Amino acid sequence: MKPINEATTIFLSRSANEGYARMVAACFMAQLDPTLDELGDVKTAVSEAVTNAIVHAYPNCLGMVTMRLRLFEDSSMEIMVKDKGVGIEDVERARTPLFTTGGGERSGMGFTIMESFMDTLKVRSSPGKGTSVTMRKKISRRVGGTR
Amino acid sequence: MPVTCTSEDRKLLAVIYGEVDHHAAKSIIEELDRQIDLAMPRHLTLDLAGVTFMDSSGIAVLLRALRRVRELSGSVKVVHIPEQAIRVLRAAGVDRLMKFES
Repeated sequence: MKPINEATTIFLSRSANEGYARMVAACFMAQLDPTLDELGDVKTAVSEAVTNAIVHAYPNCLGMVTMRLRLFEDSSMEIMVKDKGVGIEDVERARTPLFTTGGGERSGMGFTIMESFMDTLKVRSSPGKGTSVTMRKKISRRVGGTR
Repeated sequence: MPVTCTSEDRKLLAVIYGEVDHHAAKSIIEELDRQIDLAMPRHLTLDLAGVTFMDSSGIAVLLRALRRVRELSGSVKVVHIPEQAIRVLRAAGVDRLMKFES
């Protein structure tokens, strides 16, 4: 299915940009007239994916993080967060609830939350090359809403 | 200030404001740690009424506060949790771990 709308933003892996990324995704999603819960769920999933890139992708320096947003005719939204950082050695282990390589201040629940709030989640990674996280969510069509 | 605290008789009330994400978590944790060290509370109440957004970094903040206060044999209660934060806590299964009051 081809997207009916698309937007891409690229930003430095600074934690100050986590809020920026959430806002961009929320603004773009507004076209689908989401409920507050759907908006919150997508913002949270974006926050988790972007935070993972910011915390883990570039351990000793700053790098760029790309977020691509797409809307489809069936009222679904796709978010892809991509980096060219260190990559994940074992994706399956990384997706295990509570697993983190980030130390005591990380909860290890990022992927669990993305899986919970989005309909689908795909993680592709190559150590030394980078990681991409792609997730989709179908937004409910509301009676009486305008598109 | 993302956290404002008041304490009396080893009861500590911490009111958290704004977005509790990875960016904000470090300073929130530092302030909570400092206040817990000062007050040595038997009871900690975390008031989330002013929280506009929370992700799993917020969970880490809550769990750290829980651990620190439990080390002092104290208890933690979380109150006025906004809907978005409740959904995150439930998704992570953390709602089973501590006392929540909406």
